[in-house]
Amino acid sequence: MVSVEDVYHVARLAKLMISEVEAEKFRMEFEEILNYFDILDEVSQEIMPTFHVLEIRNIFRGDLPKEGLNHEDALQNAPRKEGGYFVGPKVVD
Amino acid sequence: MRLSEWKQLVQEHGCLEMVSRLLEKIEKSKFNAYITVCRKESLQRAQEYDKGKVKGKLAGVPVAVKDNITTKGIRTTCASKMLSNYIPVFDAHVVERLKEEGAIIIGKTNMDEFGMGTTTETSYFGVVRNPYDLGRVAGGSSGGSAAVLAGEEAVLALGSDTGGSIRCPASFCGVYGLKPTYGLVSRYGLIPYANSLEQIGPMASSIEDLALLLEVIAGKDERDSTNAGRGFEFRESKEFRIAVVKNMTAEEQIMDRFYDTLNGFEYEEIELPSLKYALAAYYVIAMSEASSNLARYDGVRYGYSVPELTSWSDYFSRVRAEGFGEEVKRRIMLGSYALSAGYYGKYYLRALKARTLIIEDFRRAFRDFDILVSPTMPTLPFKIGELKDPLTMYKMDVNTVPVNLAGLPALSVPIGFIRGLPVGIQVIGNYFEESKILSFAKRVAIE
Repeated sequence: MVSVEDVYHVARLAKLMISEVEAEKFRMEFEEILNYFDILDEVSQEIMPTFHVLEIRNIFRGDLPKEGLNHEDALQNAPRKEGGYFVGPKVVD
Repeated sequence: MRLSEWKQLVQEHGCLEMVSRLLEKIEKSKFNAYITVCRKESLQRAQEYDKGKVKGKLAGVPVAVKDNITTKGIRTTCASKMLSNYIPVFDAHVVERLKEEGAIIIGKTNMDEFGMGTTTETSYFGVVRNPYDLGRVAGGSSGGSAAVLAGEEAVLALGSDTGGSIRCPASFCGVYGLKPTYGLVSRYGLIPYANSLEQIGPMASSIEDLALLLEVIAGKDERDSTNAGRGFEFRESKEFRIAVVKNMTAEEQIMDRFYDTLNGFEYEEIELPSLKYALAAYYVIAMSEASSNLARYDGVRYGYSVPELTSWSDYFSRVRAEGFGEEVKRRIMLGSYALSAGYYGKYYLRALKARTLIIEDFRRAFRDFDILVSPTMPTLPFKIGELKDPLTMYKMDVNTVPVNLAGLPALSVPIGFIRGLPVGIQVIGNYFEESKILSFAKRVAIE
């Protein structure tokens, strides 16, 4: 069972503001989708998980300075900027 | 249109003339397959070609690029309101390669928002229409890239495939579309949805054209740490041990056509028992990775923003509520749920274990066979608006997602029409055996 509170909880985790109407719609859909996912309960716990299909690990490169984006390019798409910085919302009150 | 036909036309009329005609055709198009058309850049490039200044394997060839692949100076939207004004400051690896080989990037193609869909109906820029029936979808998520090939609005196209997003629209639009082995093509500059599953791949109107495009985009790139560091060269093979995967199925009329196509080939029928977990495992993994990937959209560094800078939590939540479409929100939320405390073991970890079983099934099958075949899609192209609820849509990916979970290469091959609508079969090969897949597809095209 998925409750409306569960939906609001994940919406908060995911930083998504949702309306009451949306919450109820998502609740019904999530219940159906999560029920479908229950088939995974059959899979034995003993099996090793596969995070990644390629047999490669620890891909390192030399720690050498390279040219990155310049200030102008980095800020080009920012909705708000000031004196060469991004402007964001206040984090502490 | 095949590459050879385009080259012939360019030889007769010049590149500038042919590109101008193409742009005119795109302007009058009813398919809604392009989000952005690179008119100025294309004409300029065509002019340079006519002056003999452009060299390379794709010199003077118009290539369409899916709009989740970054193009420097050209708007790249992922078909989302969130990125509707985003102008990248760098090129994706595959775009660099296209440019190095002289290609003309004719435009950016329409898609499901962030690749999340099977019909392109989730695009902020409206649905792509199937060139064979304007009332039906072109498939998704790379619907625009398939439609521009079927509608002759480009010669080659790039798509991306997370769970079937190249093969589904290729099947629905009657073109070839390949999802390469995971790691063959660099993902540098592909705006991520689910990193462990997705690959950029070539789409074309013939096997030869597809092979050439793959040759151009495959290869080593240090900027993608999951790049396998291998290139691609088409080597034709003649002998194949073929198996039909019996538990990847479709509607009866499609199955009839599927077996007709295999007439004259020797094959065995096999079952891969763990495929019953594939769809659930795929969606749990894809949604979990999406919830993490799409956390970057905060309305501060780039992307959509709202006028008022309120508290940080409120601001981010508003930006994302207004900037993302419904399907994207659904997947982010379900992904957050699957990764949240108390559910990680039940959903995410179990999905990764199911993935192991599916890989083992494929490995066993490839000990005895070179080629596995199935129908690409379980149905013919749907009517626009036909798929009403999300789970019904997800289930349409049942034959395509196992390949992404295992990282294998797979191609959709057009095999004709049923009541005027294209049908495709899926040809799956072992890791890095794209040549075998293409060789077999060539034989299918002849038989």
